[in-house]
Amino acid sequence: MTILGQIGAAAFSVFIFINYGFLLAGSMARIRARVQGRIGQPVYQPYIDILKNNARRTAVHHGVMFFLGPVFRLAGGLGTFLFIPAILNSPLFANFSFSGDILLVMYFIFFGQLGMALGAGQSGHPYSPIGVSRGLAQMSAFEMPFILSVLALAIKHNSLSITAIVQAQQGGIANWSMITNPLAVIAAIIAFLGMSMHNPFSVVIAPQEIPIGPPTEYHSGLLGMLQTNRSIFNAAKLVLYVNLFFGGASATEGVLYALSASVLHAVPVWLGVTLGVVTMVIKTFLLYFITVFVGVSFPRFRTDQSIRFFLFVPTLIGLAGLFLARL
Amino acid sequence: MVDLKALRAEMDKRYKVIEISEQRTDLAFLECDKIDVPDAVAYLRDHEGYVHLSFITCVDRLEDEQFEIVYMLRNHEKKHDLGVKTKIDRKNPVMDSMHNHWAAVATYQRELREMFGIEFPGSPGVNRPFALESWAGPPPMRRDFDTRKYSEETYFPRPGRETHDPAEHMKKTQYPGRADL
Amino acid sequence: MKTKTDKPVLPNLDLPASDKGYFCDARPEVVEPVKGIWENFLNWGRANSLWILGFGTGCGAIELRPLMTSRYDMYRFGVQPRPTPRQSGLFIIGGYASVKTLKRIVRSYEQMQGPKFVLGLGSCTVNGGMYWDSYNTINRLDQYIPVDVYIAGCMPRPEALLAGIKALKQRILDGEAEGANDYARNFDWYKANQKKIITDWNMPDYNW
Repeated sequence: MTILGQIGAAAFSVFIFINYGFLLAGSMARIRARVQGRIGQPVYQPYIDILKNNARRTAVHHGVMFFLGPVFRLAGGLGTFLFIPAILNSPLFANFSFSGDILLVMYFIFFGQLGMALGAGQSGHPYSPIGVSRGLAQMSAFEMPFILSVLALAIKHNSLSITAIVQAQQGGIANWSMITNPLAVIAAIIAFLGMSMHNPFSVVIAPQEIPIGPPTEYHSGLLGMLQTNRSIFNAAKLVLYVNLFFGGASATEGVLYALSASVLHAVPVWLGVTLGVVTMVIKTFLLYFITVFVGVSFPRFRTDQSIRFFLFVPTLIGLAGLFLARL
Repeated sequence: MVDLKALRAEMDKRYKVIEISEQRTDLAFLECDKIDVPDAVAYLRDHEGYVHLSFITCVDRLEDEQFEIVYMLRNHEKKHDLGVKTKIDRKNPVMDSMHNHWAAVATYQRELREMFGIEFPGSPGVNRPFALESWAGPPPMRRDFDTRKYSEETYFPRPGRETHDPAEHMKKTQYPGRADL
Repeated sequence: MKTKTDKPVLPNLDLPASDKGYFCDARPEVVEPVKGIWENFLNWGRANSLWILGFGTGCGAIELRPLMTSRYDMYRFGVQPRPTPRQSGLFIIGGYASVKTLKRIVRSYEQMQGPKFVLGLGSCTVNGGMYWDSYNTINRLDQYIPVDVYIAGCMPRPEALLAGIKALKQRILDGEAEGANDYARNFDWYKANQKKIITDWNMPDYNW
């Protein structure tokens, strides 16, 4: 594949998963509304919000970093996604997974927040740095169990490449990290709750307390950019988690592939890729449902409480997972 | 129960009490000279158990050319309220500040200064606006301040506003033809 | 922030010299809508994504809370509360506005980004309502900021508020909700009215 072909393929996969992120956000808002006994917003509401924000006629700016903040954030989201193989064995959805590894992806997860911190700082609004400091503190805390569980996988599979880790999990549910190292997966799922910033850990963007936190001053097109990033970043994190812990999705293997292979004589390539995407959608939807379930059930932690929480039980579980990997 | 006669006897030894009147079993009013009020309130607080200042308010007695300031005290043990009243000159409304008795008094005095124009020399922050920012007119709670005229001159009244006397309007619309009403 | 020299510059006379550098001194600009099918599409987006500024200016703000509950559920219509004026596009003036509040209303309204819409909730915003002869309550909101839709009543119930939001949506779809441009066009008139009653004008003349 030429480099132009790869860029085109990556753009296509970003397009697919960005839309998936929007629909995921819309449908989860609707599910949350149903939990509260409401009908809820339309599933396509995120699209209208972005259209509205970009159709604003005026905008205010506060300086260079103010513009670069959302750009860094979007770069962080795209970078996270582009170095993960979205679908295994599919060149179309392989992204640039060959040139990166798990450490690079973890750096990109942090990168967006740092860029946002600079941009929000220049906006000059006093609530922005409060939100940023809360976000960075909480982030440093939940990175601990996350890194421990990732290390457990790296030790077990003797590799830092995501592709290798997914490849090792193919061939049935018994090979998934969920079964081979459940402790590491539990620690990582708890870290995921913090990463998704849903309710127990949503003090970073507490809307009533510190008006929406870091993006207080962002509006118009820049807010639209942040919303776009939120969907792609969400999709990227989900794909990363499914890849690392739940067997990923492959274009040439899996339950759906086996089913269609039993019906068809030979499964065409496009069908295999589609089935891979469908598998990924189902798995990520179920994974995201965990955070929504926890989010509607629990009230908010304060920052100090969430830091103590992450650094105690989940970190110990992560350490135990590390030992389990060496057994 | 509070024995008002005994209270009056005790107060008479110290201050000039003009009148003491019982409103209900749990509410009485005591009228003093302006000069005696801070000491009388301090005495009631320290020796008679009226430890809680509920509020300070003012009555504009326009016809008498006087302001009547009321300090409402409460005795929690005996469940009794006592209002200490005093009259001051409306032309030159100055009252002694009592912010040393209760810290919260300063806020009430700020309000009275803004709403009635009563001066409390020495009260901390008394000249800062309380509820009205940038108020330029006369103190709005004085009875000779025509709030309707002020509003019509200042706030662009919307033309076409109709007002009805409620009783007449109800008779006309709800019970037409009823002569007995 | 630098200002282009060809634009008329606001004096910001009442700001102290040390603060003048912090605030913009450019006047609001009229941004003409692009007519045609594209603007209709954008207006559809604006009408279906109304973000309310979370600033309860009077007793009517109590009617906003039930809108979020399962009984009324404003999220169905794409309406949701938003905590900062920068991100919100709909300002609901909940009932009476005292002079002190009007100062904050003007400031918040000017910080919102166009196109922005104002909904006057309750009779007090129409003609003063039961506070029509009060010494400290404004009588007509539309003398100070442009108002798109009025909802009469004291207090209007949440159903009436939803009906008002529906009427506002129709106005946006028809391309008539040009309050921000109206404000920019008649800026001097609005400013004169505001400064007539806000006598201690200690804020910039226009703060985006």
